[in-house]
Amino acid sequence: MPRAKVARKSTAVDMTAMCDVAFLLLTFFILTATSRQPDPLDVKIPSSSVQFKVPDKDLAILTVGKGKVFMEIIGKDVKQLTLQKMAAAYSTSFNAEEMKRFGVMTSFGVPFGNLKQYINMNGEQRTALEKQFNGIPTDSTINGELFRWVKEARLANAELNGVDMRISIKGDADEEYATVRKIVDVLQKQKVNKFSLITTGE
Amino acid sequence: MAELDTSSGGGKGGKVRSKKQSTRVDLTAMVDLAFLLITFFMLTTSLSKPLAMDIAKPDKDEKNKDNKLELRESQTMTILLGKNNKVMWYMGEAGKSQPTVEGFSGITKSLLENKKKVKEKTGKDIIVIIKPAPGSTYKNFVDIMDELNVTKTNVSAPAIDDDPANLMESERQAMIKEGIYKQ
Repeated sequence: MPRAKVARKSTAVDMTAMCDVAFLLLTFFILTATSRQPDPLDVKIPSSSVQFKVPDKDLAILTVGKGKVFMEIIGKDVKQLTLQKMAAAYSTSFNAEEMKRFGVMTSFGVPFGNLKQYINMNGEQRTALEKQFNGIPTDSTINGELFRWVKEARLANAELNGVDMRISIKGDADEEYATVRKIVDVLQKQKVNKFSLITTGE
Repeated sequence: MAELDTSSGGGKGGKVRSKKQSTRVDLTAMVDLAFLLITFFMLTTSLSKPLAMDIAKPDKDEKNKDNKLELRESQTMTILLGKNNKVMWYMGEAGKSQPTVEGFSGITKSLLENKKKVKEKTGKDIIVIIKPAPGSTYKNFVDIMDELNVTKTNVSAPAIDDDPANLMESERQAMIKEGIYKQ
């Protein structure tokens, strides 16, 4: 009796569907990703067990480390309106190109007088300029720069989005509490009694 | 990738046909790459999102500086944050009760114990006062606030008293004695 011949099957698997799914997911993640910009001020944030995630709008982050304060305003339009208000308060002006460049910047930490120069620099020059200064000046008087920045940012956010801005403090774990307290004082001076501290999960 | 030839061999007819080329492209490498990128984007987006700890501080009244909140002695526990990651705590009034110096690992137990004691004695919830003294770091502050959250000792919001001027002399002396005060 002749043996029944088993039909030889191909070992190649059709990858098309898998490839489709993979790229669909990839596209999704790329589009939803907010790429992590390198922080000009490198801080090691402390850990905690809270579960509340930092929101991604209506937010200003004050980074504290090595005795310096850097500020970051989330949202391009809020950032630009804040700069406009600051310029009006200090009676200077910024042109359209400078506005555009400021809109895409992350955090900054130079006195307002040097901001124009800072905006027109490239990454390396900016880092060099930041080293010369002690972050944003923090004296908690009404005319203090940090006070102004926070105030104008809150006004800008209220104007554009109609909600109160959240102020977050992102402090370095080894920073002395006294430095953080200076920032808190600036906030309390303008009746911001509720703010959040940025931490990582454990 | 190797693929087995499953064609049935040459045809019967005498006509020489040009061999049909397969239109299949090997997608394995492409899928590999795609998944690698997916993994990368997944890890860098959601997992790196930091968490926000909300802090509420009492309103500061510039015009009325003497407007201070009076607390019941039997209900309060004061925690002083010192240097070298040490904390000192005492119950009730400063200088009258013996302060305890601990590290951050021991404070959880003390918080729970004191919470229970106060509840049994007075029937009310404990009130915790946090005083970061000079020498304490930001991490210490975050840690102690976190402990309060974990042990649920913050039923009534913890009072954060971070003005160095409010650190009482007896507290300062006790901390110097224990070597956890930065002069």
